Amino acid sequence: MKKLLLAAAALLAGSWLAPAHAEYLKEHRGGTIRLLARSAAGTLDPHINYTDQGWQMYQPIYDGLVAFRKAEGVEGFSIVPDLAEALPEVSNDGKTFTFKLRKGIKFSNGQDLGVKDVVASFQRIFKISGPTSGTFYAGIVGADKCLADTKSCTLEGGVVADEAAGTITLNLIKPDAEILYKLALPHAVILPSDTPAEDMGSKPIPSTGAYMISAFDPNKGMTVSRNPNFKQWSEEAQPDGYPDVVQYDFGLSEEAAVTAIQNGEADWMFDALPSDRLGELGSKSMDQLHISPLSAWWYAPLNTRMAPFDNEKARQAVAYAVDRNTLVKLFGGKVLASPVCQVLPPDFPGHEDYCPFTKNPGAKWSAPDVEKAKQLVEESGTKGQKVTIIVEDTAISRSIGVYLQSVLTNIGYVADVKPISSNLQFTYIQNTNNKVQMSVTQWYKDYPAASDFLNILFSCASYREGSDASINISGFCDKDIDAQMQKALDLGVTDQKAADKLWAAIDKQVTDKAPAVGLFTPKRLDFVSKRIGNFKFNPQFNWIITQSWVQ
Amino acid sequence: MSSQVAAMPRKTRGPWAVAFAKLATDRAAMASLAVFLIIVLACFSAPLYAKWAGTDPFASTLDAVIQIDGADVPVMEQSTEGLGLGYTPIGPTWRLGNYFLGADSQGRDVMARLLYGGLNSLLISGAATIFTLIVGTMAGLIAGYFGGITDTVLSRLLDVLWAFPIYLLAISLSIVTIAQGIAIGPIEIQSGSLWLPIIIIGIVYIPYVARPIRGQVLALRHSEFVFAAINLGVPGWRILWRDILPNITTTLIVFVPLMMALNMLTESALSFLSIGVQPPAASWGTIIQDGQALLYTRPLVALVPGLAIAVSVMALNVFGDGLRDALDPRSKVRLGRD
Repeated sequence: MKKLLLAAAALLAGSWLAPAHAEYLKEHRGGTIRLLARSAAGTLDPHINYTDQGWQMYQPIYDGLVAFRKAEGVEGFSIVPDLAEALPEVSNDGKTFTFKLRKGIKFSNGQDLGVKDVVASFQRIFKISGPTSGTFYAGIVGADKCLADTKSCTLEGGVVADEAAGTITLNLIKPDAEILYKLALPHAVILPSDTPAEDMGSKPIPSTGAYMISAFDPNKGMTVSRNPNFKQWSEEAQPDGYPDVVQYDFGLSEEAAVTAIQNGEADWMFDALPSDRLGELGSKSMDQLHISPLSAWWYAPLNTRMAPFDNEKARQAVAYAVDRNTLVKLFGGKVLASPVCQVLPPDFPGHEDYCPFTKNPGAKWSAPDVEKAKQLVEESGTKGQKVTIIVEDTAISRSIGVYLQSVLTNIGYVADVKPISSNLQFTYIQNTNNKVQMSVTQWYKDYPAASDFLNILFSCASYREGSDASINISGFCDKDIDAQMQKALDLGVTDQKAADKLWAAIDKQVTDKAPAVGLFTPKRLDFVSKRIGNFKFNPQFNWIITQSWVQ
Repeated sequence: MSSQVAAMPRKTRGPWAVAFAKLATDRAAMASLAVFLIIVLACFSAPLYAKWAGTDPFASTLDAVIQIDGADVPVMEQSTEGLGLGYTPIGPTWRLGNYFLGADSQGRDVMARLLYGGLNSLLISGAATIFTLIVGTMAGLIAGYFGGITDTVLSRLLDVLWAFPIYLLAISLSIVTIAQGIAIGPIEIQSGSLWLPIIIIGIVYIPYVARPIRGQVLALRHSEFVFAAINLGVPGWRILWRDILPNITTTLIVFVPLMMALNMLTESALSFLSIGVQPPAASWGTIIQDGQALLYTRPLVALVPGLAIAVSVMALNVFGDGLRDALDPRSKVRLGRD
């Protein structure tokens, strides 16, 4: 009954939205949106690219069987059918998902989309050793063989196509409450079956979406133009866009990009606004600024396997001593960030306000408790030990590192800070061989599930000794918490609300153990030109570029 | 009268006296030396300045409030217009001891950091110069004097080192050592130590010194006084120390200011790239890096250390040129004619 009501509501919402979109399309269709970024986002291959910049740009270009709704607010986290006619039929105790493929969809090169493309695309995720093949998609039947021998991957029994019925059946080893989120990510988009099983690098791959990549030079820019074979099949999954062309240019510094947008020579910049322009833009260009919440976490992982942070009290001491207000100030002020103690970001599934490491422990952080911190350092017997903080070589990370260094010095450690090139720092701090005691980093959600923070960042399985891909940077491993996380994952298949309740409890337990110090939750600040209209921010993939118009 | 004077035995001056006399008449060189000495004195007074100003140039002081004309002024000013985005550090107060040049993005006194930064830049460039001169001179002396296989090996090693672009080599060495430091047997240098940039900068410029020294030693090796010493059975090391080294001293002296200027630039470049002096310590390069994010609102944070580097390097180069002219034998001839 509840599902029926929801479906009816969705239908109503869709029918209410459709005429407006169609009318606006008539009025505003055409023109070129000009975007700027300091550099390209890496490979064009959607099965490999794992960057915010890439994922945002893929939204109007590629499609999966399902997609995140192209909407603002919480609606943007909901899953809608995309290349599939409807959300899948679930059977076999939540282990089998059957999708019926839409008919009449063509790739930008004119090829018809068929079930063979779906099977080939899933195989390709493993054949190219996609960055999430061993995590997000490891639960598909046959994935273990594919991971062991990528070249001859067939996913036999895992992804089964029925050409005549136009269906694809996805079989999982065990139920996965998050599988639809994972299928809606760019790593699971459907590409032509003849796409080579190798990183396509700078070569665009034909797409099904409203747009296609028509030119790309990693040193200059990317041109995205309309897909001549696109006919809108779902406004909420893949709506037709307003601009005829999206021109993405690379190489301009952030300062120059701001000036270009101010002068109307560009419409938007991907990179964060330079901190010394914030005051000016916030006062003179308010109408061109859009502040949006992010499901993200700036944090300082503490190595739980190395002195002094193998001692819980030492870790808690740092959590008590850090003045989150100062960090918020360094990030640009309260408009752009909020102090935080816990792992799960606000308004995220499983989030319940919690802050034990503050002057008045409770729901929210209020002030640092330096005396308590000093006392804990004394009790831990770690006073006077040397701590090195590894930060990214960016202005904001360096500032945070220098601040944390002064905090550690104040509570009794001998601290220093090392900035490392942004390209290297994230993998450097993960590798246990580098013996990193403390670092500063960020985590942005892949999809809206508590496990994407807690299970990925703090489960025993996420810790890999000597690997650059040991995302559990703290090396935290608590068997009891691990078991609870597994329980929450299983519970999510049948009762998401109960699972979220359990995730909230896990969040508190992990926070108490302080394997990392939560610093703040950032917000996204988009600066657009005066000619940009209809700015919409999707919580999953940020600004929906082609749903804005320029004329 | 004039013939009497000409007939009197002329009091001869030693080569060093002639050189100093020549140098003393070079106004540009002396002015440059004076400028450089003032900079050195100012930088060495950094701890005194910080103590007098009551400021810690290495700690974040984002919440600090200072008094200007009796009014409380926050060191970090929040924008009060519009959306109230961002914080801007206080600009120059032009009051010595009270954020004279303003604050950086951490709320630290730029003037105090400038002096400390200069101190580190001078220490590193000075120590690296000494390191380069000692190692480069030894390599040049040994290669030039002993010749043969020793010369071949040393010269090829110098060629290999010289084949790398200086900055690329310095950056590569810095990146490799910056996080873990150096540990070779009993010698251990911590990652944050100033010895790291000193040694790295010192190493990359060794061929710069060693090659010309080798050339000079090669020429001296075939001079008559060296042959005479060899034939008299004087040991090689003694010939090097007593006969050859004194003859290349002027070259080494000329190298000092020029090397220091080069080293200062290299140190600043490495620190600017975060692979030289490590935060929160300061060098002129790191202050420029800090100021880069404030170019729009507080350009002085980056401009002043840039200016300090430019003035110091120019002063060292002009003084080095004067020194070279003064120590050049052809100049002495000209001086003698005067």
